[in-house]
Amino acid sequence: MIKFDEKGHSLLSWRQQLIKKQVSSLEVCSTYLKQIEQKNNPLNVYLVINQQLLEEAKRADQAINNNPEAFKNQPLLGLPIAIKDNFCTLDFPTTASSLVLNNYHPPYESTVTQKLKKAGAIILGKTNMDAWAHGSSTETSDFGPTKNPHDTNRTPGGSSGGSAAAVAADMAPAAIGSETAGSIRQPAAWCGVIGLKPTYGRVSRWGVIAMASSLDCPGPITKTVADAAFIYNLLAGPDDHDATTIKSPAPKIPIKKTLPEKKLTIGLPKEYFSLAKKEISQKIIALSKQLKKSGHQIREISLLDPKISIAVYTILQRAEVSSNLARYDGIRYGQNRAFFGLESLRRIMLGTFVLSAGYFDQYYLQAQKARTKIINNFADTFKKVDLILAPTTPTTALKVGAWKKSAMFGEMQDVLVEPSALAGLPAINLLAGSDRNGLPIGLQIIGPQKQESRVVKLAYQIEAITNEKN
Amino acid sequence: MMKQKFFPIIGLEIHIELTTKRKMFCDCPADHFNKEPNTQTCPVCLGLPGALPVPNKEAIKRTLLLAISLDCQINSKTWFDRKNYFYPDLPKGYQISQFFRPMGIGGQVNLETGQKINIKEVHLEEDTAKSLIKNDQRLLDFNKSGVPLIEVVSCPDLTSPQEAKDYAQKIHQLVRTLKISSADMEKGQMRLEANISLKKSPQDPLPNYKVEIKNINSFRYLHDAITYEINRQSQLLSAGKKITQETRGYNPRQKTTFSQRSKEEAYEYRYFPEPDIPPLNLTRLFQLDKIRASLPELPEITIKRLISQYHLSRYQADILFRKYPKRGEAVLKIAQLEKIKTSDAANAIINQDYPLKNLTPREFVNKIKSTQESTLLISGNDLETIINQVIAKNPKAVNDYRAGKEAALGFLIGQTQQKTKGKTDVANAKQIFIKILNRG
Repeated sequence: MIKFDEKGHSLLSWRQQLIKKQVSSLEVCSTYLKQIEQKNNPLNVYLVINQQLLEEAKRADQAINNNPEAFKNQPLLGLPIAIKDNFCTLDFPTTASSLVLNNYHPPYESTVTQKLKKAGAIILGKTNMDAWAHGSSTETSDFGPTKNPHDTNRTPGGSSGGSAAAVAADMAPAAIGSETAGSIRQPAAWCGVIGLKPTYGRVSRWGVIAMASSLDCPGPITKTVADAAFIYNLLAGPDDHDATTIKSPAPKIPIKKTLPEKKLTIGLPKEYFSLAKKEISQKIIALSKQLKKSGHQIREISLLDPKISIAVYTILQRAEVSSNLARYDGIRYGQNRAFFGLESLRRIMLGTFVLSAGYFDQYYLQAQKARTKIINNFADTFKKVDLILAPTTPTTALKVGAWKKSAMFGEMQDVLVEPSALAGLPAINLLAGSDRNGLPIGLQIIGPQKQESRVVKLAYQIEAITNEKN
Repeated sequence: MMKQKFFPIIGLEIHIELTTKRKMFCDCPADHFNKEPNTQTCPVCLGLPGALPVPNKEAIKRTLLLAISLDCQINSKTWFDRKNYFYPDLPKGYQISQFFRPMGIGGQVNLETGQKINIKEVHLEEDTAKSLIKNDQRLLDFNKSGVPLIEVVSCPDLTSPQEAKDYAQKIHQLVRTLKISSADMEKGQMRLEANISLKKSPQDPLPNYKVEIKNINSFRYLHDAITYEINRQSQLLSAGKKITQETRGYNPRQKTTFSQRSKEEAYEYRYFPEPDIPPLNLTRLFQLDKIRASLPELPEITIKRLISQYHLSRYQADILFRKYPKRGEAVLKIAQLEKIKTSDAANAIINQDYPLKNLTPREFVNKIKSTQESTLLISGNDLETIINQVIAKNPKAVNDYRAGKEAALGFLIGQTQQKTKGKTDVANAKQIFIKILNRG
């Protein structure tokens, strides 16, 4: 049995070892299965575990042994990966952590999981999430909350909390999450892992159970920037099944440490720093000073107050949610509408209200206008700076139960990620360090539309700095 | 009590299922008639979790064709909207339709009466599943779910059942000419809905109610349903009663309408732009000029041309175009070359003298020709020559006649008929016989 070193193993390090035949897929998968068996009980990361895992690993090993070129066609051959439970999968039930979809077996596969399977990846299992992705703590799951591996009294964040915790706890070398506004970056921040949210439309939503269709974005949650880039390259690109995907092919982003070609102007939005805890802001400002030393220009900038985004996001997301959840009418799926949880009910009610005659103009239309203003605000800002660097979350991981105290809990936690989500921008969460309780602090790099490559190159640089420190 | 006179205000909503190859938002076949239930479905038209709609470009093009032909203004920037409501035949809990920016707005249809009917809008949406009740169970067939559906909404400009019928038939003609749908009424490919209300004087503003009659599937039913509804409403209003805003159905056997559901409260569809489909830019997607240029001759023009080119009456041209759009004119063309009166040929087609569908146009014209030839009577000098032969051959009858036996003349004419194989102009023959026999 393989022993994990302190940092655990990245997906690409396993890949190297598989290619060099220093390890077999069966060994890798068995190791993670063991990890899951040991840790899933306290952490509640997986809703379902692949019962065919070892069989699939053996088949992958055969393919590796029979064909020296195997990794050319199947770059993830034999590598296990965890999938958030809102991706439709033929081999596993897909519930979006809601009892309404209890034991629902989709008759088709999402584009993301299709691409991963085609690349040879083996699905470890489906990870827990906030029910319907409604939440920022994975506590609204109808199958129990997921706990933060750094402190089981705390939440991992959400809604992709299961995927982030899986990677942080070495219960998967990498995972797939999805973000509407924060659901990749925020749990990645609270669990101390990498979370890459691509430009809206870069990765297909086909087969992803919709939360808010105009914002939903699948993306990787990983141990390293390179892992995230590697998975992104496999997933990104147009899809005939999703009319909102960007029509042009997605340029590949570097999968090896690549520094920015030129000295960048990096903007630090003061509104974001003032909303975050001092400890968090200080850590990131300290990091920015090191970036300055390496030649980048650091500039304080001003963006629209992120709190505006809360209002805009809340209205638009609820409106779309109320319509997207209408199909679960109790006729065709596991359970009827009485099984919607409190948070979903709140969202359906609010969304129905803002779309109602007489209110539509005041709420929905106003919110769309404000969304355009937010998009323009970023576009103007990116004429002056190349990238934006900011805290991902106002606090580090909160205690279990905090969400119940506030109907707007999620929005308060996601205040620093909602503006860029509304603008459809690419962004990445990285580990900036840890707070006095030893909890991970996340920082985010936000880039202009379709500039994943620029975002990732700076991420490589920051990752190198923080690795050196630790 | 004197019966009060009211002025009907009628608007029509016409749904046309497009006979495209594929459905509106997925690759399933659109032709669902008589197919095994639920065999033409996929995650998209079943509205499964995670499925996404991708619009069918051909359906968009066909909607454009209709909108342009109706003289609509085209909203180059257009998009789809969600119409949210619950019904078992609607798997997503919303219908993808158009509300804020329909593809075509404005537009006009000219009726023969000279009345101009304004079109409010032409938009594109998806059909719902087929729902039927059998043995107390509701059965759903999703083969129909997601079939492209055009809706043509008229302004409330129609004033009588006949006008409504004429207008609907005009749209039907146009749809068939454009070949965007087979518009087979019996298959439900064209469905009519009428909104009817009455006002006391033509100058009055629009009434504050309307009664909607849904799912009418023939032009005659449309006419009859509106007629019934006008009477029903007149009686209620004459009696000083208020009319409820409601949806009614039509019972063709009793020729009556019946209440289906009251909708005194306005519908709450919570329309909002469909986030799964980016807005469309029609001028970027299509070359509108090319589409305009590619339009076939529209019914109005064809009918006018038939009248002037073949000297037909409006009535002849209308029926000919409606019933025999292609073969009719082919017959006329050949008839013209063959120097047959085109209006006679038109009558032969309309009266179905010969089975047009079993004959080529050329064969049809030959039939007309031979009939006309066969009915050409022999008279004058030609007939006199024949009659002289008959007289020479029948001296006995000649003598009988001269002796005063009138009946002998009948015999002689009969002989003449035999000789001419029935083509004798009898009246003329009689004159000739009398002339010759009295002379001699």
